[in-house]
Amino acid sequence: MKKRVVIIGAGHGGVQAASTLREEGFEGEIIMISDELDAPYQKPPLSKGYLQGKQNAQAILFRSENYYNDNAIDLKLGVRVAKIDSEKNEINLSDGAVIAYNYLIIATGACNRRLRFNGHIAEKVYYLRNFSDAKMIEEKINPASHIVIIGGGFIGLELAALAVEKNKKVTVIETEDRLMKRVLPETLSKVFYETHVAHGVEMILGVSVVDIIDGKKIKLSDGNEIDADLILAGIGVIVESELTENSEVLFNNGIVVNPFQQTNIENIYAIGDCANHYNPFAKKSLRLESVQNAVDQAKVAAAHIVERPFEYNTVPWFWTNQYHLKLQMAGISFGFDEAIIRQSPKPECFSVYYFKEEKLIGVDSLNRPADHLNARKLLTAGISPSKMEVADFEFNLSGLLKQEI
Amino acid sequence: MPKVIYIEAEGKTHEIELPLGATFMEGAVQNDVKGIIAECGGSCMCATCHVYVDDAYLNLLPEMEEEEDEMLEGTIAQRTANSRLGCQVRASKALDGIILRIPKEK
Repeated sequence: MKKRVVIIGAGHGGVQAASTLREEGFEGEIIMISDELDAPYQKPPLSKGYLQGKQNAQAILFRSENYYNDNAIDLKLGVRVAKIDSEKNEINLSDGAVIAYNYLIIATGACNRRLRFNGHIAEKVYYLRNFSDAKMIEEKINPASHIVIIGGGFIGLELAALAVEKNKKVTVIETEDRLMKRVLPETLSKVFYETHVAHGVEMILGVSVVDIIDGKKIKLSDGNEIDADLILAGIGVIVESELTENSEVLFNNGIVVNPFQQTNIENIYAIGDCANHYNPFAKKSLRLESVQNAVDQAKVAAAHIVERPFEYNTVPWFWTNQYHLKLQMAGISFGFDEAIIRQSPKPECFSVYYFKEEKLIGVDSLNRPADHLNARKLLTAGISPSKMEVADFEFNLSGLLKQEI
Repeated sequence: MPKVIYIEAEGKTHEIELPLGATFMEGAVQNDVKGIIAECGGSCMCATCHVYVDDAYLNLLPEMEEEEDEMLEGTIAQRTANSRLGCQVRASKALDGIILRIPKEK
């Protein structure tokens, strides 16, 4: 009898899982369910190329229209999964349908954390997560002249940069005392701060928002008020437990999985932003919110289903683009004890190498793509250059890799 | 629409007509050409859309920008004089019939 894989979610993880299953010769049925109406698309271009007007809706699709049909992937758009019944191996959809599965892959991602004041979600504040959000922002951003962005993280700052490019007056409000503090060292925060300010962005740091009136007036913790035509926010994401709540699937800051992406129920997998996994590079359990993580975990889950298992063990990497600044991060630098800068002769072109107990654990590269790709290879191979080698721009770090081969 | 011929590492050939202005990476990914991964969605961030351009068309391509040049230094398969990133080159009338070979092992 033919086996059936049901995939919940059609983002980077879901689509990759379906593709890998077919590439690996899986001959059973594949059903992919998405609560969105749009054909599966790539998320990174939303806050970059798409809203900048450089990539259109067609360009950001994962696959051609025919791909799903040609590969016997039954794509069900615009339906939600209401319940997972792991006893019966079936799921209940919002439209009343019941679908049985042999394997279930949960690839539902995360959703935006929303601003709440006095227990209520603030109205008329716009967030970016999905294509429908991007289309909404596109529509709202054009007539607005003053745009206030709450949150100085990746998404907030990418939105700030593209609003500036559209000649808008832009204000960014960040609770922390510097930008992207959760993930970047001070040196890098500073470069981004100075670049945004040089482009005319008004930066308000170390201040929080205490109330928003009708999407127009923002009250700050320092007593000031700001008027805005449009308020956008990027204040992090959460994984909702709703889907797994009435099931046997274990949820603890995301869906808990083993190195093969299996949950506590052996024929149910979770991948991507929603999966709480032990990460060998971070040396702890966590969720990662990145394309790399979704794509690579999808391959692991698919390989396990076709009985050619391997454990998830990929160097995490992330990136952001703002103006001419291209920042690429490799590894997990959390908990480093020393950061060494490798400065190229050009300004705004350097990489920061993070060490923990003399071992390289992560590298952030600013306008140094070759450093980034090389760092991923070093981290994958477990090769640590010395701090002196890193600091010496003339020293050829990729030479270390060649010796190993 | 300009035609692009993709040759996978294992030899399978795809002849695909691309809309003017679509990148070679988009054409490959959307038509299921194996070996073009494009993890970053065309942001010139990941170098997983590395292709070898056929000699006959090499000089017709727009010159590469510095960031593409740097990314190519870090590709998994060996860089050659024919190496380009698929996300940085767009289909055009001048490039009709171009042949792109996909490297092994991404």
